[in-house]
Amino acid sequence: MKQIRSLLLGVVAVGFAALVHAAEPIKVGLLTPYSGPFADMGRLIDAGVKAYVKAHGDTVAGRKIEVITRDTTGPAPEVGKRLAQELVVRDQVDFLMVGGFTPETLTAGTVASAAKKPLLVVNASSSNITDKIPYGVRYSFSFRQITQPLGAWAAKNGIRRMMTLVSDYGPGIDCENAFKDGFTSNGGTIVESVRTPLKSPEFGPFIQKVKDAKPEALFVWVPSGDQALNVVKTYYERGLDKAGIRLVILGDDIDEPVFNALGDKVKGLVTSLHYSTAHPTAENKKFLKAFAEVTGNAIQPTFMSVAAYDGMAAIYEAVKRQNGDLADGAKTLDILANLQFESPRGKIVIDPKTRDVVQAVYIRRVEPHNGRLENVEFETIPDVKP
Amino acid sequence: MTGSQTYRLPDGRWQKAEIVFWLLPIVVYFVASDYLLLASQIFIVGLFALSLDLILGYAGIVSLGHAAFFGVGAYTAGLLASHGWGEPLSGLLLGGIVAALVGWVASFMVVRGRDLTQLMVTLGIGLMLFEAANKAAFITGGVDGLSGMAMDKVLGIFEFDLYGKVAYWYSLAVLFVVFLVVRRTVYSPFGLGLRGLHYGPKRMPAIGASVYRRQVVVFTVGAGVAGIAGALLAQTTQFVGLDSLSFHRSAELMIMLVLGGTGRLYGGLVGAAIFMVAQNYLADLNPVYWQFWIGLLLVLVVMFAHGGVLGGLAALRQRRTKEATK
Amino acid sequence: MIGNFLGVLFDGIAYGSLLFLIGIGLSVTMGLMNFVNLAHGAFAAMGGYVCVTAMNQLGVPFLATLPVAFIATALMGVVLERTLYQRLYKATPLDQVLFSIGLTFMAVAGMTYVWGPTQQPVRLPEFLTGQVHLLGLDLGVYRLFLIVIVVFVTAALVYLVDRTRFGAQVRASVDNQQASAGLGINVNRVFALTFALGSGLAGLGGGLGIDVLGLDPSFPFKYMVYFLLVVAVGGAGSIKGTLVAALVLGIFDVAGKYYAPQIGAFVIYALMVVLLVLFPAGLYGKKA
Repeated sequence: MKQIRSLLLGVVAVGFAALVHAAEPIKVGLLTPYSGPFADMGRLIDAGVKAYVKAHGDTVAGRKIEVITRDTTGPAPEVGKRLAQELVVRDQVDFLMVGGFTPETLTAGTVASAAKKPLLVVNASSSNITDKIPYGVRYSFSFRQITQPLGAWAAKNGIRRMMTLVSDYGPGIDCENAFKDGFTSNGGTIVESVRTPLKSPEFGPFIQKVKDAKPEALFVWVPSGDQALNVVKTYYERGLDKAGIRLVILGDDIDEPVFNALGDKVKGLVTSLHYSTAHPTAENKKFLKAFAEVTGNAIQPTFMSVAAYDGMAAIYEAVKRQNGDLADGAKTLDILANLQFESPRGKIVIDPKTRDVVQAVYIRRVEPHNGRLENVEFETIPDVKP
Repeated sequence: MTGSQTYRLPDGRWQKAEIVFWLLPIVVYFVASDYLLLASQIFIVGLFALSLDLILGYAGIVSLGHAAFFGVGAYTAGLLASHGWGEPLSGLLLGGIVAALVGWVASFMVVRGRDLTQLMVTLGIGLMLFEAANKAAFITGGVDGLSGMAMDKVLGIFEFDLYGKVAYWYSLAVLFVVFLVVRRTVYSPFGLGLRGLHYGPKRMPAIGASVYRRQVVVFTVGAGVAGIAGALLAQTTQFVGLDSLSFHRSAELMIMLVLGGTGRLYGGLVGAAIFMVAQNYLADLNPVYWQFWIGLLLVLVVMFAHGGVLGGLAALRQRRTKEATK
Repeated sequence: MIGNFLGVLFDGIAYGSLLFLIGIGLSVTMGLMNFVNLAHGAFAAMGGYVCVTAMNQLGVPFLATLPVAFIATALMGVVLERTLYQRLYKATPLDQVLFSIGLTFMAVAGMTYVWGPTQQPVRLPEFLTGQVHLLGLDLGVYRLFLIVIVVFVTAALVYLVDRTRFGAQVRASVDNQQASAGLGINVNRVFALTFALGSGLAGLGGGLGIDVLGLDPSFPFKYMVYFLLVVAVGGAGSIKGTLVAALVLGIFDVAGKYYAPQIGAFVIYALMVVLLVLFPAGLYGKKA
């Protein structure tokens, strides 16, 4: 009798616990710039998250997923720290997802690590960022990862003498070094490296310098958006293409705004990146469909949206594997850091040692595809470490 | 400034409203314990605004590059802490001293011009420091920021915690102490001289006061206080980013100070509190379009309260007393 | 080498022209009307959006969109001047700063709402792109076009302010409102028209600038420094000053970037500080 009673009590207790779980949603705190000069990034990441929820429902293992969004306003470390702290302490989130720059990712990371809540890095792209965030896992990319293969490709395809042009700050210098590394280790020579000021509305003088130096090709990376558009425009405006100086550029600089502004001129441009909307898999089609639904077809997704989408996929997986019980932050982190799955960009693997993403990098060419210009992948470099 | 008011020389006596004002943070600590980090950041920005008030509200120097000194203080404290010098108070002091030195050098370029010129020279100095910090990434960490700051316990007892309790009391204490010093200075003969500069820059030399020297001194002090604020932010965030030097920060600071009201010591504190609470609240409601409402707030304040919130309140009180005496 | 130098000079003049075009409207409101209108960039961005919308949605050719941008922003300026700005003519410069920044915040949010945060695409007509070969130099067509526009705008403005009755009324009203009103000048109308002119020029500059500066809602804040730079160095209110300042800054900036890219970012700011320390009232500013 006693046994039965305790058994009954146990059943009731378990049922009650499940009930509490079911009532309490799983909370994801999303930090990204919704306003200010980087609002576009925020919109793309936000839509990536929404697309995943749209495609996979808002309930996992009986628990509802609730995303709480916060505006970082741009690279603002103390705002990142404050928002992360408020999300952890006040809103009691189970996961933090940061789609911003390195500073606020790092400061949110100290909060996440102190509170033992996993943090998903879905945009910051400086090397080794997860070293500094014990509870951080990266699902996006690093600049080194996507640039080095492009340098190697250029050297293997008969280009010998190149110049580089990058923005004069951390990520730009990362790109310059990684490209140089890939290019020179395959027999190429960098004749000159030009760095442009961080806030530069005018690329004329720099492009002119390149034109006067007459290398075989020019590698470019500047922050995407107005700068990228501007530098590519200046390249054509100054007739470098006609002077026989090829443009080799990172893929994040060549997307919708460039296609809209320059059209057929950019046909044939070769770029590298880890995601293209033209990636021919079912997983990508599913993503594109969901993304179009949540945005009303107003914008095209980018690699940023995909990273956010994959971050959500990882969260869903971690919830599912623990049957909705996230009490142990370390265990959740362990699951997140050991994942591998098919993403819209291709297969991604998280290296459990570094908690950083290992993925394929694609060499692509701008071509007409699906009735518009797209970056069509023609060469795959698999399993590139960050 | 209307005629019927009796003028009295400003003296250092504490008013009731001031005492109530300084008791508020204690209430906040217990009532809004979920918002401690926001509150401590308001104290820090308030301190920063106080430093701008010194040079703008009292010496009449318009600055759009005040973040330069904030950033210098922040990087000083940050570099100390990331190279093993984690003691907070000395870091704070050194941050203030280095910023004051930079401010002293800069002051010779700044105090010469008129409003727009001062505005642009300070802006130029700020932008150049920003570029320099970006270029010197091997020291500052560049755009990725300066991380790895290990802070010691405050006074060897209180360790910075996740809930921001220590950061809260630490920031409040620093703000209060610096405020006391500034308040004392402002009500001293030197401070009265500053007021004189503000209201009659052409007449001050006539009574034998050197405008130039006073402006240099006050600019240096203002820079030092900004440096302390920067160091405080660096220590409580345990991170320094390039944004600490940015134009954006200078401009936002100016907005907060003018919103609160210049030349009143409390204007910066009130402005910082209103702006940051409003921003936090509005951004939580709608992360995308909150700027619209904050813009509207600014426009309305200007429309209905010349001289910022405190200016508006003072005008209101004056009208009341006038009506009462009628 | 000499060809190099001439090319750099040309680029500098072209860049200076652009700086002039985006700054001259502010010089008008700030110098002629003594109003610190930091919402200038918002008017410029509106001009840009008018151009882009007219081109991409309605199919209006680029050149035809420019006067449309001018008129649309000028009208907007008049409306805002009558309803809001005119109440603040007597306010302190700091109140004006706060007010115009507030307006800019609202404009930025509004533009994000209507056009989204993305870069707006603009495709120039073929005849304005590419380069022409002139006197042994490759010159950008659009840059030449900008320089030509600057010549026209400057000539028109100088004529308007120095030679016409309206210009005299503006100068009189700014110097002494009461006396001017007493002489039968409709000061309100003069101010409204001047403000419209300033806003219209901002809109024109915005439209002409998209190709180089890009256009997204953060435009007003992103380029605020550049507007102020040109006006402060030139001396507010002086058309000649604004032009000279823009050209000097443009040439030195481009030359610095070409010949010394390591310090390219500093040149424009350092030059500004030096010029302002030497000429505290701006190159052609009124002495206080």
